[in-house]
Amino acid sequence: MVSFSAVAKRYPGGQSALQDATFGVDAGELVFITGRSGAGKSTLLKLIPAIERPTSGAVLVNGQNVGAIKRAAIPYLRRNIGLVFQDQKLLYDRSVYENVMLPLSFSDHAPREAARRARAALDKVGLLARERSNPIQLSGGEQQRLAIARAVVNRPALLIADEPTANLDAESATRILEIFLAFHQVGVTVLVATHDQALVQRFGRRVLHVDAGRVGEAAPA
Amino acid sequence: MKAWLRQHRDAMAAAARRVGRTSGLLGALVIGIALALPATGYALLDGLRVVAARVLLEPQVSVFLRPEAKRADADAVATALRGDARVANVRFVPREQALKELSGVQGMPEVIAALGRNPLPDAFVVHVKDGALEAFAVDARKLPAVGHVQADSAWAKRLSALAAVARVALWLLAGLLGAGLVAITFNSIGLQILTRREEIEVLKLIGATDAFIQRPFYYLGLLQGLAGGLVALALVAATLALLNGEIRPLADSYGSTFRFPHLPPADAAAILGFAGIIGWLGAYLSVRRRLREVELR
Repeated sequence: MVSFSAVAKRYPGGQSALQDATFGVDAGELVFITGRSGAGKSTLLKLIPAIERPTSGAVLVNGQNVGAIKRAAIPYLRRNIGLVFQDQKLLYDRSVYENVMLPLSFSDHAPREAARRARAALDKVGLLARERSNPIQLSGGEQQRLAIARAVVNRPALLIADEPTANLDAESATRILEIFLAFHQVGVTVLVATHDQALVQRFGRRVLHVDAGRVGEAAPA
Repeated sequence: MKAWLRQHRDAMAAAARRVGRTSGLLGALVIGIALALPATGYALLDGLRVVAARVLLEPQVSVFLRPEAKRADADAVATALRGDARVANVRFVPREQALKELSGVQGMPEVIAALGRNPLPDAFVVHVKDGALEAFAVDARKLPAVGHVQADSAWAKRLSALAAVARVALWLLAGLLGAGLVAITFNSIGLQILTRREEIEVLKLIGATDAFIQRPFYYLGLLQGLAGGLVALALVAATLALLNGEIRPLADSYGSTFRFPHLPPADAAAILGFAGIIGWLGAYLSVRRRLREVELR
């Protein structure tokens, strides 16, 4: 599903974020990416939906080299990838329901089908009862669940989350990871970056450790 | 195709809602006021052009006899005029009839009564065939008993020439204002992009195409321009109504039905189209420049 081959990323100014990163993630896998803040986890994840381009090496997603993808093709790549960020990136001038409907606004789904999908996604993350609320009225954990609902509403084959539990209490963080686990169990490939080693160990999955831009396999707990 | 049309409909509806807000209405008002200036000038010139064209289409010469001329002199002049191949038709206006017509003009009976006698001469109104007006006027002056010859098209020609100069000036003004309005729309759409930066970032992240992101801004510029065009047309109509209200008594006193005509539908549509294009162009330039500046973090 995802393959990195000798990938390096150097930002303008010379700062090296990734060096010689080589690894693969099979379809349907759940993989944690761990490492300290600034280790290169976010850069690694941003290379997959072509938010960043590698300086060298190849990043393949479903066999497509996204490092060389044309600008006009990027939106279609991203429609197959669900993205969840630490800061959720919600729109606070719209309701919970409208936030989830956003990816469906440019899809080919008929309005009725789009509405059904949006409500199904909200139901999966336990927010259907709050669909009319404004995201600002939700707790941090609920906002992150809303971001997950928006990420999965188009039923992507790959779900990427960058520090989705960073600002959450332990109970909310566990619930978020349980949601990712549920998607993984229905065949979605899930990549979760986190610096919370304890949480990772509790779920006992494959772990990629990033340290100073170098990626290595870590033994699961 | 259905989904594409739905996206356009949604983008247009969202843009219409934004135009309906205070900032959008103010933008439309600015466009409308700026466009109303050349549009009103155009409407006024068009009214004058119609008058000038009417006079130029009917080349007419007034031949006044000397005050002391007798009816026999008048008959001789009439014969000479009717025998001229350049003349289409001749109408004799006896001094008594001229005085009667003048008495019908407001304020004139008192003036005429004060004079104590008819100061008007006998006259001929001569319609001349095309192209022969100037030469005929010269020859008519040479006829015996003729005191004065007036070619009525001269002032119309001057008016027409002045109107042509004014029309060029108006086009230049419209061009300059149009460029200014493009710049205004460029800035207002640019501000919209900045205030919706987060939304644009999110849309980019979740796979919206550039066309999908740009579309609402294009519609916003277009609709704001069209709304400005409507404001301009309303201002032109109000100005013409006001002017016609003032002109009516003056025109009536000359026995004229002259009024400045309202813009014909084709001209009104052209102003609307021009305003829409200005709005769209401002939006297009702004979107091209500003959306690239919205980078994902």
